[in-house]
Amino acid sequence: MSRGTLIDLLYLFSATTFVLALKGLGSPKRARQGNMVAAFGMLVAIVATFFKYVDGHALHHVWLILLAMFIGFIVAVPTARFIKMTAMPQLVAIFNGVGGGAAALVSITEFVHIKSSHPATYVTLEVLLGVLIGTFSFAGSAIAFAKLQELMTGRPITYPGQQGINAIVGLAAATLIVIILVTASTPLLWILLALAFVLGVIFVLPIGGADVPVLISLLNAFTGLAVAASGFTLGSNLLIVAGTLVGASGILLTRLMSKAMGRSLSNVLFSAFGSNITASGATTRDDGASVRSGTPEDIAILLGFASRVVFIPGYGLAVSQGQHVLRELGELLESKGIDVFYAIHPVAGRMPGHMNVLLAEANVPYEQLVEMDEANSELQTADVALVVGANDTVNPAAHDDPSSPIYGMPIIHADLAENVVFLKRSMRPGFAGIENELLYNPKTTLVFGDAKDTLTKMVAAVKANS
Amino acid sequence: MGNALLQYATVLMLSIFVGIEIIAKVPSILHTPLMSGSNAIHGVILVGSMLVLGGADTNLQEVLGFLAVILATMNVVGGFVVTDRMLEMFKPKTAKPKATSSDEVAQ
Repeated sequence: MSRGTLIDLLYLFSATTFVLALKGLGSPKRARQGNMVAAFGMLVAIVATFFKYVDGHALHHVWLILLAMFIGFIVAVPTARFIKMTAMPQLVAIFNGVGGGAAALVSITEFVHIKSSHPATYVTLEVLLGVLIGTFSFAGSAIAFAKLQELMTGRPITYPGQQGINAIVGLAAATLIVIILVTASTPLLWILLALAFVLGVIFVLPIGGADVPVLISLLNAFTGLAVAASGFTLGSNLLIVAGTLVGASGILLTRLMSKAMGRSLSNVLFSAFGSNITASGATTRDDGASVRSGTPEDIAILLGFASRVVFIPGYGLAVSQGQHVLRELGELLESKGIDVFYAIHPVAGRMPGHMNVLLAEANVPYEQLVEMDEANSELQTADVALVVGANDTVNPAAHDDPSSPIYGMPIIHADLAENVVFLKRSMRPGFAGIENELLYNPKTTLVFGDAKDTLTKMVAAVKANS
Repeated sequence: MGNALLQYATVLMLSIFVGIEIIAKVPSILHTPLMSGSNAIHGVILVGSMLVLGGADTNLQEVLGFLAVILATMNVVGGFVVTDRMLEMFKPKTAKPKATSSDEVAQ
């Protein structure tokens, strides 16, 4: 067997592990194993690549490659290991962005490399698509990171004629691609690079913080496609398979995520959702309706009389790092014979499944995490719905008020429970920037303050009452 | 348009269908780990980055390839570590005495 065939076989092995890994990630029991399998497949592919011949010679610059890998390694590992789990969406955004950047760089390098041999038009097209999509993903991810990390406002940034300007930049990029296809000009390639960067930035600016996870998923898919494009250029089946798998699954996942919000993908991407803050943020509204607030001790008594309690956690819980105390409260209530479960909205937290990860981190038993549809059929029998740091995901306007911007979004029907308790930092509206009628409902009690502090006081009070 | 292109296009088409098929069955709670896991998988661009740096014959190509390897390594390593960290938390429930049902306990 020739060296080349052996390496291709190893690549085939790696591609297979990627398929198996994605399949494994679909089951809670095998997910971790799946990830390990993919990591092993990746290692095999990387080691095999060191023995590959390029243009008829062994790899040059092996020490440079090792040095670059070492740099990447020592930057990525501590970042991935020690950043708080609440910051995970940002982390995925940044690792996705660098992947897109790498794909763009590979395409550029290959363009410079093969230009002298006058490549076929379709080869140049593959290169240009790789540059365009990879750079777009890189720039978009950078802005998404900045929004989630609150380095810039999470609210949509809009200006007059925005979509027109975006369309013009997009058209300019397309025109440039055609010109480069004809002229194979390297200076123009740099301009395309700059345009793709600008396009990535201006595409992401009008997308509000609540929608950024959907965007990250989309950009993740784009990076996959950029990798697939590089695979075409380099003639690598491995890159094509892996890139396309990620691209196809990522686009599907993106659609699932926007569906969970009851909105179409184009609505998520182009509507500047959350730019109009209509909520007053006051405890008394103009029509005289006012909220009722209580102390943690009041709520502890209420919980003590309940036989069934539903926790509805939102991102506010994660921000205050109150997951562990919430779990403690849940265990305490269970020990008193109270039935406890957690109702999880698909987009609670900042990514689908984010809340599950945060609660699992706090050792909440898997069985107590109930998905939205099931939770909604159980909520009628609940005595208390305890909404911790969530707002938009329990807003009844989503199904009562056709004029509401979140109309049509599936929600957790906290309003079905006998009593509703909101733990909130303030009357500030949620990500969507709209009023929540449920806060003014007579059966609702609000407890203001940091979720973790409030929960800690509630735990103490429940203990004292027993 | 050569045979090679046709072969790559075939692989592309089949991969699209495999990608869609696999994902259709994933429960929503695993969407975040899935996104993160697939994020790590597109880090396979590291292989491409190694090839372009290993085949570089001008300074420009060396610099670009060098940067590509750094970024791609971050993608691979960071992607897998983050995903593992997430999945680490989906531990099976440790045996815990189940609370008695509510109607048996007088409040």
